Amino acid sequence: MSRVWGVLAWFSGLLFFAPVAWMVLTSLHSEPDAATNPPSLTAPITFDSYGEFFDSNPWPPLINSLSASVGSTVLVLLLAVPAAYALSIKKVDKWSDVLFFFLSTKMLPVVAGLLPIYLVAQYSGLLDNISFLAVLYTSMNLPIAVWLMRSFLAEVPKEILEAAALDGAGLVTTLRRVVAPVAMPGIAATSLICFIFSWNELLFARVLTGVVAGTAPVYLTGFVTSQGLFLAKVCAAATVVSLPVLIAGFAAQDKLVQGLSLGAVK
Amino acid sequence: MNAAARWARRAPLLPALIFTIAVTQLPFVATLVISLMRWNSLDPRNRGFAGVDNYVAVFTDPDLRSAIGTTVVLTVVVVLVSLLLGLGLALLLDRKFAGRGLVRTMLIAPFLVVPVAAALLWKHALYNPEYGLLNGALTWLFGEGAPQPEWISGMPLTAVEAALVWQWTPFMMLILLAGLQSRPQDAVEAARIDGASSWQIFTHLTLPHLRQYLELGALLGSIYIVQNFDAVFTITSGGLGTANLPYTIYQTFYQAHDYGQASAAGVVVVVGSIIIATFALRVVSSLLREEGRA
Repeated sequence: MSRVWGVLAWFSGLLFFAPVAWMVLTSLHSEPDAATNPPSLTAPITFDSYGEFFDSNPWPPLINSLSASVGSTVLVLLLAVPAAYALSIKKVDKWSDVLFFFLSTKMLPVVAGLLPIYLVAQYSGLLDNISFLAVLYTSMNLPIAVWLMRSFLAEVPKEILEAAALDGAGLVTTLRRVVAPVAMPGIAATSLICFIFSWNELLFARVLTGVVAGTAPVYLTGFVTSQGLFLAKVCAAATVVSLPVLIAGFAAQDKLVQGLSLGAVK
Repeated sequence: MNAAARWARRAPLLPALIFTIAVTQLPFVATLVISLMRWNSLDPRNRGFAGVDNYVAVFTDPDLRSAIGTTVVLTVVVVLVSLLLGLGLALLLDRKFAGRGLVRTMLIAPFLVVPVAAALLWKHALYNPEYGLLNGALTWLFGEGAPQPEWISGMPLTAVEAALVWQWTPFMMLILLAGLQSRPQDAVEAARIDGASSWQIFTHLTLPHLRQYLELGALLGSIYIVQNFDAVFTITSGGLGTANLPYTIYQTFYQAHDYGQASAAGVVVVVGSIIIATFALRVVSSLLREEGRA
């Protein structure tokens, strides 16, 4: 009986993975081989589509995505780590109200603030500016990061903090010797999750950027031409753009649940 | 604590708090104000106070009304189906079998494909009636005369939902799997010794324990899927009755330039989200309290 469940698990895993595998396989076929019915599994492998994709100069959007994602992640950490400290280790009054305020901003749909943000950008000349986009991604990810970092910092044992204080350890020593070792894996997981959400974002990027600051997802939406065979090229582009997220996600696999549930589920 | 010490405690919190208020709360206040104005950027001179006209327009405009319905259907279907599939997968993964780690990794992969890329993949590589994988698989199974449906034009909303379910099932599975693995094992053992069947253990022990994880998954999923833009924009461009509120608002303001009406629709989305969010916050805070007790 238990063998049946194992087989079923494998079958479901392969079924869910099939579209991803199909995307990669199609990207490695020539255009005519990619567009056959029934599909060809054994067609010769070629990297032509990747060549064509990189010849179409995807670097500006990829670099834009990278700067917006990395820039906003650094900014998020600079703001979130001290805030989480004030919400877990040296708690301010009404710390849980503050936490829920951060969470409630995450529940405000992006579209609700889109128009004023667009108008501000237009009047201050910040349309099509990657730094402006990074600031918006910071606000999008900050609540997640504050919650996550708080749940990691809450794991710092109170007894050790008290012992350090009794031994007369200053703030810097306590942070370095006691807090940092516990917080470091948390900071790593938080950064990866913020990176993924920024890299994936489409709506802000689509509305606020143009030819200069367009990001990789925006580039992808414009990549499909109506003429000729393009399937292998689209799959190659989708694979390249997804690769950083797949790597970051698998690297953060153990902390992924905690991150996605804002630290509520361990 | 004296005032100086209290402010010293607050200091590390303030930059994040001020930043959040400035970037997320002020724009919403502005949206509220604009929603009460007559403002179309193609007709800039005719700008003024409109009262609740834009709200009346939102609820009487057939496009926006159907967008409200589409948003509700899309969100409910995607959340429920991915929650059920996620539960099944989590139960499977909770057992020991050869290659469990690898299967878990394969199951997470759909969630880690960039949403736009996933939408393009479904639209062109899977749904395409001539050379998509779905019709290709039908040809494999039934030979030359196999039915070759037009997936997107035949069932547009289902097509969008299926792509989203594929991406969100791993999310639900991860949360529910964490719930299953935090289940107290001694109670299960005791029940088994007392002669309880697997089904009784599932309905009396596992499901009650999973309840708050199911709620958490449903509510977090709703928050993200209510806001979905990528799949609707990419797969159907909002056509064929698949335009949800985020897409419609995007169009009202980006193509129709009706700022007032777009803002009013935005406020409606926010009110809907606040209703969901109130429940969500209650669930999260109950988990937080449990952590405090532990």
